[in-house]
Order: sequence, then C-alpha cells, then structure tokens
Amino acid sequence: MTTIGTVMTGEDKSEEQRAQKQRTRSIGIALGLALLVVLFYVATLVRLGPDVLNRPI
Amino acid sequence: MSGTPVSSGAEAGTPVFESSLTDFFQLMKPRVMSLVIFTALVGMVAAPGNLHPVLGAIALLAIAVGAGASGALNMWYEADIDAVMQRTAARPIPRGRVTEDEALSFGVILSVASVLTLGVLVNWVAGSLLALTIAFYVFVYTMWLKRRTPHNIVIGGAAGAFPPMVGWAAVTGSVSIESIVLFLIIFTWTPPHFWALALYRNRDYQRAGIPMLPVVAGDVETRKQILFYSVLMVATAAVPIFIGLGGLAYAVTSSVLGVVFLWFAFRVWSIREGRDSDKAAKQLFLFSIFYLFVLFAVLMAEHAIAAFLT
Repeated sequence: MTTIGTVMTGEDKSEEQRAQKQRTRSIGIALGLALLVVLFYVATLVRLGPDVLNRPI
Repeated sequence: MSGTPVSSGAEAGTPVFESSLTDFFQLMKPRVMSLVIFTALVGMVAAPGNLHPVLGAIALLAIAVGAGASGALNMWYEADIDAVMQRTAARPIPRGRVTEDEALSFGVILSVASVLTLGVLVNWVAGSLLALTIAFYVFVYTMWLKRRTPHNIVIGGAAGAFPPMVGWAAVTGSVSIESIVLFLIIFTWTPPHFWALALYRNRDYQRAGIPMLPVVAGDVETRKQILFYSVLMVATAAVPIFIGLGGLAYAVTSSVLGVVFLWFAFRVWSIREGRDSDKAAKQLFLFSIFYLFVLFAVLMAEHAIAAFLT
C-alpha cells in the first residue's frame, strides 16, 4: 500500500474499498453456501425420518 | 453489458466499489418477493395433504429466492429504462452501486440454486414450475414482451400468478383445477392493477419508450380494458366458491370486495380528466393490493382453521 505520510492517495482508497467489498462478498457467498449445506442436511434428516439413526451397527 | 464498476464517487473516473449486501437485497425486489411468498404460502396451506413444516419452510425460501433471482435478472436487463424512469431510477444498477455483470451473475446463481433446492428437497413438479416462473418472467415478459407490445403485462402477468401453483405443487406434487384457479385470479388481477399504475405514471413509461396500454392505445381504451378485466377478475375470484376451494367467509369477502373493486374500476372508467382522474387510478391501484391480500388471507385462514379442527 502506497501512502504519502499519513494521507492515503485516491488509488489506495479505491484499492481498500475494493478489498473491503470483496471481503464482504466472500463472506456473503460463504454464508450462502453454509446455509445451503445446512438446508440439505436438515431436509435429508426430515425426509429420512426419525429412524435415520436406528440401524444395526 | 458493461462489466466495469460504475463510478458514483467524488473522484470522476476512479472506480468506486460501494455495493453492499443491502444493494443485492434490493436487486431481489423485496416488495414483489413478499407478495410471492404470501401467495405461495396460500397455495401451500390451501392444498390438500401434508408437508413437513421444515420442508414447507425450505419450499417457501426457495420460491422467495427464485422470485428474487428473476427480479435481479429483470433489473440487469432493464437497467437502461430503469435509469430514465422516476419510479426506478434509484435502483442499485442505475445508481451505480451494482454493475450489470454482478446483477447477472447474482440472478443466474440464485435461479439455479433455488430451482435445484426446491426440486431436490421438495419435489420436481414444484421445482419445474419455479423454473418455468423464472424463465417466463425473464425471457417472455422482460426480454420479449415488455418493450414490444401493450399486452406485455397481460401475458407477462402469468409469471406473477405462478407462485400459488408452485406452493400447491410443493405439497401435492401435482397441478390441479384448484391451483389453476388461484393462478387465474392473480392472472386476471394483474392488468387492472398495473394499468391503474400506468395511467398515473403515463409520462414515465412514455419517456422510457415502454408500450404500456395508455401510451399506445390512450387513456380511454385503457380505462375500458381496466373495467373489462376487473369484471373478469371478480368472476374468476368467485370460482373457488363453486369448486369447494373457498368457504362461506371467502364467499362473503370475495363478493363484498369484488363489488368495491368494480366500483373503483367504474370510477376510473368514468372520471377521465383532471386531478380526480389520477386520484381514481391511484385509489384503484392501492385497493387492488388490499383486495388480493385480503382475498388470499381469508382463503388461507379458512384452510388453516379447517386443518386445525380436523
């Protein structure tokens, strides 16, 4: 990151905003995928019913 | 379609990356989405049979996300006309907060995810209907009809009418007369609802070059068509009474609200000039939202109470 003293240049600000936006988006995508995984997991348990764990070892 | 970030900041020419999760949420047309969730829920509650509450919630979520995805794709395709219309100029793409490419990717990913989720976790009849809804809204209404014909919202209205059928199919795994009637109620409700809006937003549509009925055929013809479709809608809304879908409460509500709807439509037809003309159109537009909400709420309440008592 290039700074002149403590003052950030316009390019730095833009780069920082870009990084922040990408970070927010990555978190959004991660949360979306996590939600999808949870949905599929829960729906599978519901569809299989309460006997899902009741099987011979 | 440009993929470059749009600058909306102080430094001209500098790419500004300002979009937030709120902007992406706005892309999903939350108000339309809430109506879709509601009508789909009515379809689910009115349908015979049982669906596990968790699967029901997943179905509703998938339908909501599918509706939101089609909203995002609509905003992607219509960014140019949204920018010149007062009603839509503040949307995320015209404001430069989300790029067109971002909206396209967002819409496509959510469309695929919602259809797959509904198909795999609930059933494929519902999943296919959701896919049809999205495709109809994006390809038939947005890309094909909207800029070409004044019948855009008559045929395109089918997209907004599908959700109760999707909800019904989520429970039963099929399409039936009852769910088609729910579809037809919203289908015939759409023209008077949108043409009332188009009457008092006529200039906006003219500026954007959208051939809405008032722009192409004029006010008088639009008012006549509103009255015609209102009569058709009130008649269609009476059908559930005769096929056993609606009970006594529905019959009373449908009749009373139907008469009031026709009264508002008659006022739009008869008051053709001055401020009162716009006021009558606005009143019909607002009442049409109330009408559909109450009609479907009563239908849902009847079925929910019946299910609770048995």
